Amino acid sequence: MRGLLPFLGSRLLRAAVALWLVSTVVFVVMRLSGDPVPLLLPPDAPRSEIFRVRAELGLDRPLPVQYVVFLGNVLRGDFGRSIHFRQPAFRVVLGYLPATFELGLTAFVLASLVALPIGVVSAVRRNSPVDQVTMGLALVGQSAPTFFIGILLILVVSLKLGLLPTSGREDWRNLVLPALTLGAFAMASIARLTRSAVLEVLRADYIRTARAKGLSEALVVTKHTLKNAAVPIVTITGLQFGTLLGGAVVTETVFAWPGIGRLAIQSIYNRDYPVVQCTVFLSTVLFIVINFCIDLVYGLLDPRVRSI
Amino acid sequence: MALGGGVFVLLLVVTALAAPVIAPHDPVRQSLRARLAAPTLSAADGKAHVLGTDHLERDVLSRMIHGARVSLLVGFAAVVVGGIVGTTLGLLAGFRGGWTDSMIMTLADAQLAFPFILLAIGIIAVLGPSFPTLIVVIGLSGWVTYARVLRSQVLVLRSREFVDAIHALGGSVARVIARHILPNVLSSLVVIATLELARAIVLEATLSFLGLGVQPPTPSWGGMVHEGREYLDSAWWISTAPGIVLMLTSIVVSRTGDWLRDLLDPTLRGE
Repeated sequence: MRGLLPFLGSRLLRAAVALWLVSTVVFVVMRLSGDPVPLLLPPDAPRSEIFRVRAELGLDRPLPVQYVVFLGNVLRGDFGRSIHFRQPAFRVVLGYLPATFELGLTAFVLASLVALPIGVVSAVRRNSPVDQVTMGLALVGQSAPTFFIGILLILVVSLKLGLLPTSGREDWRNLVLPALTLGAFAMASIARLTRSAVLEVLRADYIRTARAKGLSEALVVTKHTLKNAAVPIVTITGLQFGTLLGGAVVTETVFAWPGIGRLAIQSIYNRDYPVVQCTVFLSTVLFIVINFCIDLVYGLLDPRVRSI
Repeated sequence: MALGGGVFVLLLVVTALAAPVIAPHDPVRQSLRARLAAPTLSAADGKAHVLGTDHLERDVLSRMIHGARVSLLVGFAAVVVGGIVGTTLGLLAGFRGGWTDSMIMTLADAQLAFPFILLAIGIIAVLGPSFPTLIVVIGLSGWVTYARVLRSQVLVLRSREFVDAIHALGGSVARVIARHILPNVLSSLVVIATLELARAIVLEATLSFLGLGVQPPTPSWGGMVHEGREYLDSAWWISTAPGIVLMLTSIVVSRTGDWLRDLLDPTLRGE
């Protein structure tokens, strides 16, 4: 276990800096946006009322003090009250979280289930038509904008073929298209990276030895290659899970999926800044926690990365 | 492949520059007589709506041609912003070392540790969407790669004897940067900038699609896909035409970047 603690320490430090950075940007942007008090009060509110609310929100205090108070509130999960929903912003966002998890997890599982076998087959059957077609598709999947993939799926699968619903969240059929859309980028990346990880191992000396001693090709691939290619594949696959969160904003908006991504966009239209801030902050925390766990698993699996 | 990519980008730039001349119709003129008209090659006055019209009878092709201006303007400007910030911070980190270096690199790691699009959405939501905000936000989302490459180049070159010799002869740091470091990293910078261009164009389109980018009636590809969404069933061309061009642009530009990387700088492959 030597070396694991410093590794953990540096990852923790990085996560803390990222969180601090996000909260600071949120604070600065909030201050740049001007005085929120007129948004909260009717236009004909008396001056005394404006001063009262300003003092209540702590806006009459010096900026550094406000900053410290803000950081304290963030640590306690206090992002203020939602103007639109009339309850604590944190509670509102928590209510939308399960839908995002459901979508993200489905997209992730779907992407892995499709991409891993494709990557392995492409590597084993290198330069075959299967390899060329799937890798060509993967390239498209990696560069196509997520929102347009969603629009195309709605147009073809829902509207022209009438197979699946266009939006909403009722049963599993509502989940298929959003999960495909959200998972497209991850699917493409995982397939390409699995292929190169497997190719890398196939070139190794011990694979030549395995073949030389007369093992069947199936055994060479399943037992000797996949085991050794697993570590990079796990990391890459795990990292894709984090990036899914960013894509959720777009996917949820396209398919009217009631998760935190769509909530964020709607709150922007409603000028409900406490909810926007809370969503941005909470997603970042989730993203960082997930990446941290992946780093941890990776550090346990492969002692070599601890030195990085 | 590379030639095709270059020609495609060149065509796009020419289209954007000459948009007012090439576009067959006014991209923002509205009317309600022939709204949602399907793509056709025939027209009474010889000016057909080749890609149809949208819900306000605006010509889809003309809007697409004008939309190229937005994509390229924001894309290139964002790449310049990100490049300047990243290069400066990378040079600073490499030359100063110590605290400056750790702070800049921790900042870079931290930025990569969360999905920047969320922060971009938050910032644009509060500041309001405008061209400068878009360019700065998209530009700042991409400074990290430049900074990392520049820093490592400086670290490699800083300890070389000829740099010591220049210092001994009284040459300044600026001279070392201009004459020795920048020429060495130029090819890496070109590769990163090309890949960043594809990313910036897609990010702009995504933000415009979400209503946080270029505001109507200015035509942008992402905004057009958004406008056509409600008419997918009756007028599929409004969304699909700009979407396909956007997808093609993204694929061609990033493939060109990959190709440039393999040609000029195979060491970047791991990034």
